[in-house]
Amino acid sequence: MTEPLIYDLGAPGRFAVQMPEPDVPLTEMPALIVRDELNLPEVSEIDIVRHYTRLSSLNHSIDKGFYPLGSCTMKYNPRINEDMARLPGFAGIHPLQDEETIQGALFLTFVLQEWLKEIGGFAGVSLQPAAGAHGEFAGILMMRAYHLDRGDTKRTKILIPDSAHGTNPASTTMSGLEVLEIPSDERGNVDLKSLRAACDDTVVGLMITNPNTLGMFEEQIEEVVGLIQNCGGLVYGDGANMNALLGVARPGDMAFDVMHYNLHKTFGTPHGGGGPGSGPVGVSERLLPFLPGPIVETIQPGDTNDEGDLAETPHHRLVMPEKSIGRMTAFYGHFSIFVRAYTYIRMHGPEGMRRIAEHAVLNANYLQTLVSKIFPIPFGNRACMHEFVAEGKVKGSDVRALDVAKRLMDFGFHPPTNYFPLIVHEALMIEPTETESRQTLDRFAEALAQIAREAVQDPELLHTAPHCTPIARLDEVRAARDLVICSWGQSG
Amino acid sequence: MVYIPHTDADREAMLEAIGVKGIDELFDCVPEQFRFPELDLPEPLTEMEAADELSKIADYNLSANLTTTFLGAGAYYHYIPSVVDHILRRGEFYTAYTPYQPEVSQGTLQAIFEYQSMICALTGMEASNASHYDGATSLAEAVIMALNVQRGRRKRIILSPDIHPHYRAVVRTYTQGMGLELIEDPAIADLESLKRALDANTALLAVQTPSFFGQVDDLMGLADEVHSVGALLCVVTNPISLGLFTAPGHLGADIVVGDGQPLGIPLSLGGPYLGFFATRKKYVRKMAGRLVGETVDTSGKRGYVLTLSTREQHIRRQRATSNICTNQGLMMLAAAVYLSTMGKRGLRQVAELCFHKAHYAAAQIDVLKGYSVVQRHERPFFNEFAVQCPRPVTEINEYLLDNWGIIGGYDLGRDYPQRKDQMLIAVTEMNTREEIDILATALAEVEHD
Ligand SMILES: Cc1ncc(COP(=O)(O)O)c(C=O)c1O
Repeated sequence: MTEPLIYDLGAPGRFAVQMPEPDVPLTEMPALIVRDELNLPEVSEIDIVRHYTRLSSLNHSIDKGFYPLGSCTMKYNPRINEDMARLPGFAGIHPLQDEETIQGALFLTFVLQEWLKEIGGFAGVSLQPAAGAHGEFAGILMMRAYHLDRGDTKRTKILIPDSAHGTNPASTTMSGLEVLEIPSDERGNVDLKSLRAACDDTVVGLMITNPNTLGMFEEQIEEVVGLIQNCGGLVYGDGANMNALLGVARPGDMAFDVMHYNLHKTFGTPHGGGGPGSGPVGVSERLLPFLPGPIVETIQPGDTNDEGDLAETPHHRLVMPEKSIGRMTAFYGHFSIFVRAYTYIRMHGPEGMRRIAEHAVLNANYLQTLVSKIFPIPFGNRACMHEFVAEGKVKGSDVRALDVAKRLMDFGFHPPTNYFPLIVHEALMIEPTETESRQTLDRFAEALAQIAREAVQDPELLHTAPHCTPIARLDEVRAARDLVICSWGQSG
Repeated sequence: MVYIPHTDADREAMLEAIGVKGIDELFDCVPEQFRFPELDLPEPLTEMEAADELSKIADYNLSANLTTTFLGAGAYYHYIPSVVDHILRRGEFYTAYTPYQPEVSQGTLQAIFEYQSMICALTGMEASNASHYDGATSLAEAVIMALNVQRGRRKRIILSPDIHPHYRAVVRTYTQGMGLELIEDPAIADLESLKRALDANTALLAVQTPSFFGQVDDLMGLADEVHSVGALLCVVTNPISLGLFTAPGHLGADIVVGDGQPLGIPLSLGGPYLGFFATRKKYVRKMAGRLVGETVDTSGKRGYVLTLSTREQHIRRQRATSNICTNQGLMMLAAAVYLSTMGKRGLRQVAELCFHKAHYAAAQIDVLKGYSVVQRHERPFFNEFAVQCPRPVTEINEYLLDNWGIIGGYDLGRDYPQRKDQMLIAVTEMNTREEIDILATALAEVEHD
């Protein structure tokens, strides 16, 4: 059954909310600019609750079942974090309030900056960026600003491996720089020979994802970083895959200059049906002055405070780094996401961080072992990190990764990421995360095994999958051609 | 260990299946000198202890529900109907991700489609995307879209200085590598001077109404002048004000952007909020961000998908219209539920309450000795207005807070030197007449304190 549009549910004159009558004398309105039409729904509260409840039941979600969407770290989202973010002392504070009245929030922000520094091995962190791609953009702008500040104006290129996520090259273009793509070698690492050939004095830096998007730790990471440093470039780390490295290795120790974290992946904050995320950036010493701001700084007892006196108690304040690339968002980034990530880290501690990575990697290797008996795994002759990439191909069948993905839905699973990374044809990128049990992984592998059998015995079953979802395959070509993007259809 | 379900027996069986002796072995690929650093983090707390710690931290903040607040300047304290958060708390919505797989994401997809429709209705435009990070980044994306519409041939961008200073700061951040001529001269704030700055190299003119100072301009005719030099017009606006005032789309705007925070999203120290972005259908292929379109499934049943993805980074990579990937999904849902709840009638009521209460406040303050409302009769305003004060705004605010528990308005001198000692006061439906009267009394008191 299709759910009606909210616009089709109501009736003229129906309403869901009553506002108080004005308690002040009325003022005449500027007639010229007052509107008389406004096409919003006219529904009651029960219409709304039922409509959105029914819509929600059409979604797959982590709460409903396994969601091994590679590169997205769909781990369990702890409920306590939701409650903490909604405490009135956090949800009800205005970004421009006097700093004296938001000391708790500034403290929390400061501590989270410090923890992220420690986890990534960086000298400084800004929580400004709103998502991973926004963090990338901030990072590249900082790299650019660093070279310009030194009077080094020749540098225009960012080197990016061909396995990289699409946001990496897109962020580069937005920064006014050029992309030079570097191929991967047969083990799934950055190809050193090509990298060496690309390194010269026009290189701003390298953007690298480690573990990379094949789920492999870059085996020659030290050589890679060395090559970039030798040509005067900087190293950017895409921290989307940080779940594999918590308490295992710190990109800052490996001489990375800048990295974004995804609080919505690594630190268990919810993905919200497509956001909001949060993409803090960590930097090495030399990029500190360029961090986007404001960031939070703490004056310790005994330090000189704003009035030039010695402070008696710790005091937190917002500051703009000296040569900051500027603001990335109107205020300070996604504060309520910081509250969730703070709670998460606070409940894990140092050992807990490492356990997360260990079990994410254990789960991925276990599942890789099971899946390798069913589908080819192009780079599967080594241990993976938190995820791996299989090829959705079956000998003796014409089914594609897409068919396998769609059929998985009939078993109650969300499909893996498909067709990314681009260097694996028919990619199925599988990331189980640490919060899944062995039974779940076993059931998922069993489903894949059955699907592989079906691919040979009854390929049509896969071509036409899914069969048990609220809706069948959709006509995407028609959507793009007819372009109905609003309830009142094509006319707009 | 809290959220990891493994037992010792699980671990053993899994390691055996993999063919390694211990978990550590799986990390042999990490160079030894970097492997397993000691992290200097505090020891873990249980949920019970963490809840206690977080509540104590929260108590160090002064939240709007415990005070009277007249602070706005881009973030507003409005009433959020209960139903909004009840919907947001459904795990089916908040523990899903971007609806890449439409067969198992129709809930999110239809909610976005309906949101797009409501934003189109509100702004008077034909196409809305599924969101940007906030109002400031929406404006920055509008600038980039205008450059792309002109295929990079035009380099001049004119931003009215009456646009929120932080929004303009974000545009400067975004465009620092693009070699633009960014005009935001404080001397050219009025529409006439802005029009004079238009030339054949101009890609975009952006204005804000209600302006950062709360003033509402009649934009009639502006779009024609902008179009006559071949540029685009972007209007930054407050969505609540659109419950009352003419939609910018009906005045010829090419892009309408703003922050959807007033639509059911809590203040939360500035984020996450919601950047809305609406444009003309003819520009939709140059627009950034996710877009949902209607289609049918193989049996002809109506359904929704992400569409025109070839604009986006995962397909087009360095030639994408933007790098945006994760957007503000759940905040978009908040706005959709809020707008459904308010509906046509409720949104108008909220907007009128804001308008009348702000005008009452302005009248009360304007008569106080030493205070005057800037341009009170010259230009119409919505729910914010600037007040010239007899003393520095920081001093007045300190007095209001310490003696009356009132959070005062924004100090305009922070961003506009020529507006020294001007306070920007915001009034919403949350402010009662009594609170406004107390504010006036308190302000009078500071003057002769
Ligand atoms: C490897 C990688 N890099 C970058 C991103 C972009 O992050 P976000 O979606 O938070 O902007 C993603 C997101 O899916 C990713 O998987």
